[in-house]
Amino acid sequence: MLDTVRSIETPEGIELALQVAGPLPRFLAWLMDVLGRLVIYWILQVSAVYLGGFGSGLFLIVFFLLEWFYPVLFELYWHGQTPGKRLMGLRVVNDDGTPIRASASVIRNLVRFVDFLPFMYGFGIVSSMFHPDFKRLGDLSAATVVIYADKEDEANLPSGTAPQAPPWPLAPHEQKTIIDFAERRKQLTPQRANELAMSAGVLIAGLSAKEAQIESAVEPADLLQAYATWIVGEHH
Amino acid sequence: MRQSHFIERNDAQWRELEHFLNVLDSSKSAGLPFPVDEFDRRYRRICQHLAIAAERGYSRGLQGRLHGLVMRAHQHFYGIQKRPWRAAARFLLDDYPRLVRREWRLLALSAALFMAPLLGLLAAAQFQPELVYTVADNSALNDAESMYDPSLDKLGRDRDAQTDFQMFGFYIYNNTSIGFRTFVGGLLFGLGTIFFLLFNGLYIGAIAGHLTALGYIETFWGFVAGHSAFELTAIMLSGAAGLKVGLALIAPAARTRRLALREAMGTGVKLMYGAVALFFAAAFVEAFWSSIGTIASLTKYLVGGMGWILVGAYFLASGITHSGYRPLTDINRET
Repeated sequence: MLDTVRSIETPEGIELALQVAGPLPRFLAWLMDVLGRLVIYWILQVSAVYLGGFGSGLFLIVFFLLEWFYPVLFELYWHGQTPGKRLMGLRVVNDDGTPIRASASVIRNLVRFVDFLPFMYGFGIVSSMFHPDFKRLGDLSAATVVIYADKEDEANLPSGTAPQAPPWPLAPHEQKTIIDFAERRKQLTPQRANELAMSAGVLIAGLSAKEAQIESAVEPADLLQAYATWIVGEHH
Repeated sequence: MRQSHFIERNDAQWRELEHFLNVLDSSKSAGLPFPVDEFDRRYRRICQHLAIAAERGYSRGLQGRLHGLVMRAHQHFYGIQKRPWRAAARFLLDDYPRLVRREWRLLALSAALFMAPLLGLLAAAQFQPELVYTVADNSALNDAESMYDPSLDKLGRDRDAQTDFQMFGFYIYNNTSIGFRTFVGGLLFGLGTIFFLLFNGLYIGAIAGHLTALGYIETFWGFVAGHSAFELTAIMLSGAAGLKVGLALIAPAARTRRLALREAMGTGVKLMYGAVALFFAAAFVEAFWSSIGTIASLTKYLVGGMGWILVGAYFLASGITHSGYRPLTDINRET
């Protein structure tokens, strides 16, 4: 299956799922960081005028440090995120999912120079297009990967539904499907939820016939949610 | 066990762990719900809970919640660094000179690629002065002439630069960036590194040859003597780091290229730490010492010579125990 989720095994013997980030969100994060730096340079340059030669020396040192080490600084002290990456919800981690360390961060950000060649991140874009984890040369050299910081689906079973036993025992995968449906229901419109619930076929077969005539009838989605509540173990 | 019983039974400790991680995220140590030395036990338990939830096919929502907690705990658990300052001191006094000695062949190759064109052009320019124009253009040579004119009391300075500190900033920015490019140019199968070494060698050779032929001996050589040890060594180290990377890509030995590249990058970046320190030292000396035009050139040559002795002694004598050179087996391990 084509997917951007990479699973890694930790020493604790469990699998962690990392969702790797593609070139576009990374480009946008980079762009934001560039704009942020430009603002800093502009402010520095304006204030450096008042300090004369000392000011322009200071400006060059800050310019040097920011151009090469701005991402390193943030990646180390901000849990793998530059301001741009934080805004885009991205994070750099080692290939094994552990937090990035100094040497890896320095490597991936020095190699940025080669990624930038021959112009506008030419090598970096080609490399990340052809790599399954969208790695640019810096990521390949440092064994790092850019992932989405948080998985969005914070699904939860809605509470307060009266549990109802399904008419007959369900197989584990059927149970799981019904629970997943109930958890995702709040992301759907009521019409779409009912439409999806209809595909449970015989489970709600009795309903679909009645549905058209009686307005106060139980909606198919509600019924599946009641089953789900029963399956996860809430009996009253 | 039904999912809701599982949640009921363990929810309190999940919340406690969540609270613990929130406190860690805010990088405070006050208000932790349980002592730090319980973290490993707590972390392993939630790993087990996630495994159970997956095995029993509990809902995606619950698994997602546990997975999120495990991810966060994992980041903190493996992100702990022990005594970074001590590791840095050990690296500087012990590991770094040993690493450089181990890579002496690459350092020698880098030195040859850099110094041969430099010295070659410098010597050739004494007999055929117009040779320097093949490398440096007229305006660059004119700039150089104006910087080392014997009538100046401040040497090596751009015409529009006003203070030493401004030049300090310029040297840090310019020279260290050259070092970085020389290093990562190794990623192009070593070609980038070789290009930067040869080109900078030729360019410096052209300037030095031109000024020497003009007879600006005392101003030019007095100026460069002070920081030469640090700066030339730093460039050669950057070159060695880049060649290490290039060699790993050309001849990865019994490893995949990717693995060879990663190892070489690890070594290369370690070599660069020292190169950066030397570039900064060179920039400092160059801006605040070399530029003083009123010091006798003999003093400047002596100080420059001491710089070479210092650098040589550091790389030849540091990190040696009474039983001789220490084995280098653990040098690649993260400290």
